[in-house]
Amino acid sequence: MFAFIVSRVLQALPVMLTVALLSFAMFAYVGDPVAIMLGQDYTEAQRTQLIADLGLDQPFFVQFFKFVVNAAQGEFGLSYRLSRPVADLIAERAPATLELALCAAALALAIGVPMGVYTGLYRNSWLSRFFLTFSLIGVSLPTFLIGILLILTFSVWLGWLPSFGRGDTIRWGWWSTGLGTWSGLKALILPSITLGLFQLTLIMRLVRAEMLEVLRTDYIKFARARGLTNRAVHFGHALKNTLVPVITITGLQLGAIIAFAIVTETVFQWPGMGLLFIQSVGAADIPVMSAYLLLIALMFVTINLIVDLLYYAVDPRLRIGGGKGGH
Amino acid sequence: MSDVKPILEVRNLRVEFPTRRGTLVALNDVSFSIAPGEVLGVVGESGAGKSMTGAAIIGLLEPPGRIAGGQILLEGRRIDNLPYQELRKIRGRQIGAIFQDPLTTLNPLYTVGAQLIETMVTHLPLNPAQARAKAIEWLELVGIPAAAQRIDSYPHEFSGGMRQRVVIALALCAEPKLIVADEPTTALDVSIQAQVIALLKRLAREKGTAMMLVTHDMGVIAETADRVAVMYAGRIVEIGAVRNVVKHAAHPYSSGLMGSIPPVSRRLERMQQIDGAMPRLSAIPKGCPYNPRCPKVFDRCMVERPELMPAEGNLAACWLYADTARPGRDAEGAAHG
Repeated sequence: MFAFIVSRVLQALPVMLTVALLSFAMFAYVGDPVAIMLGQDYTEAQRTQLIADLGLDQPFFVQFFKFVVNAAQGEFGLSYRLSRPVADLIAERAPATLELALCAAALALAIGVPMGVYTGLYRNSWLSRFFLTFSLIGVSLPTFLIGILLILTFSVWLGWLPSFGRGDTIRWGWWSTGLGTWSGLKALILPSITLGLFQLTLIMRLVRAEMLEVLRTDYIKFARARGLTNRAVHFGHALKNTLVPVITITGLQLGAIIAFAIVTETVFQWPGMGLLFIQSVGAADIPVMSAYLLLIALMFVTINLIVDLLYYAVDPRLRIGGGKGGH
Repeated sequence: MSDVKPILEVRNLRVEFPTRRGTLVALNDVSFSIAPGEVLGVVGESGAGKSMTGAAIIGLLEPPGRIAGGQILLEGRRIDNLPYQELRKIRGRQIGAIFQDPLTTLNPLYTVGAQLIETMVTHLPLNPAQARAKAIEWLELVGIPAAAQRIDSYPHEFSGGMRQRVVIALALCAEPKLIVADEPTTALDVSIQAQVIALLKRLAREKGTAMMLVTHDMGVIAETADRVAVMYAGRIVEIGAVRNVVKHAAHPYSSGLMGSIPPVSRRLERMQQIDGAMPRLSAIPKGCPYNPRCPKVFDRCMVERPELMPAEGNLAACWLYADTARPGRDAEGAAHG
């Protein structure tokens, strides 16, 4: 088990280094930081001095090595746009995005899995048909449209929920949370639905397809032939066998939710990392962009590791020879 | 045997599959009974309705298949019309089932012990600790070495033959009175087949369990069964004591099947085979369904369907015996059986 984790971490290192190389390359090829920092009037001496200060006269690999060492310590320099340390900016924004993403994922799982099980078990009931039609809408409507429609309905017409922002937050250490206040919770509802709806329908359709597949298997027929209760057959035997693909997809989607919350955050003016990123792109704020890129890569790698560990917990067939790397 | 009350009685069972192109009759007028402790072999080609009969008895026909007529009685009580929940309590507890492929009948995500315990706790008044002790006993009984350690192993850690032993333990662990074994050895290596059959036979005898043994392997039937029913195109075409059917098969189809048992004693140039294939359910010929393949076919077979009638000491659905089914010949035949 420990050997497995170590091997996965070692496999993750080249991935992170490649992404680091890409985000480092942004500094060199997207705009010229020296020109940006010097402004219109400067002498050649000032320019040389600045290049030396920034270390830009050193060989490429030395620069890259310094970048990696700094990045590993969470040091990404100053934002061009806000002149504040990038690490602080991200630490400020990360809780908002993570809370939103986790709420959206929890919503998608808590509703998507039971809906998938139901539609898999009762294929022909009218409720299943309704769920499937509804899921088609969820899959095909673009996120920004769902967000705008929700705002129109619940904020403009009904006036029940706020249309933008995070509401009041309270701080737990460096983490600011909207989960502790009434207005924070209310503000979380619409963005979570917007962000989670696609994932919800995806999970529902996935669970349904897997359930249909598993219910046809001999071991389910045998479980029935042993006279087990429906509950044991459906949830103990069938659902558990659908979990491996569901975990895979949910893991990948959680990464996607965090990385691509940009649209939802823009629609709801949610003060998260996605909004920070899109504003930085507008201002060519390269330190923020490159740090964001690295952070998202790190999240994907971490989530994938957790997914692999969950496989181990669910499927005993994967446990043998686990230390031998790839399964 | 006729004075003992049968454990299972199937009367005029009819199973239909409604399809878009009309209703297919998968089982037609199937009747037989099994006495306590008796082993009834059911043979026939693929698609003859052997497995379907087993599935109908345990109430697990694949939809849209449904029982369209007839009755199934377990110890005199009708079970074919019971609601799902009532039938569930009978499955496993009164009728155990063994399926063909041991590699796919066990849930890969649970230990064999968990599956045994779950089955016993569902049906018997046991607490989990007692059930675990019983589960170890059962694994020992079916010949799993080091059962006390192996109980916590997962199915993939067993070989095919060992898994089928586990399946047998699962089918028997709630001590049912009847086992429906659907091709229990077909997926196993030949060397393992004999062991598993011997095990099934021994356990059935020790526990006094009756068994319906579905197979297409006449060798297994000859070795294990007391009586045998030969099925063809959804009907029983011959039924009788196993020795008599093997030696004096009355129906031309059964004698064709018996001819396909490779004899050990003498060498044959070539094994016998039955020409042609069984008709599809949508195209069963008029008259006797076997008439296109039958070497002894005559006019009557083409127009009228034969019912089971006494023949050579068995019951056979064949017009060859319509004239000979006189009292004198019948008595002679019965003396054979």
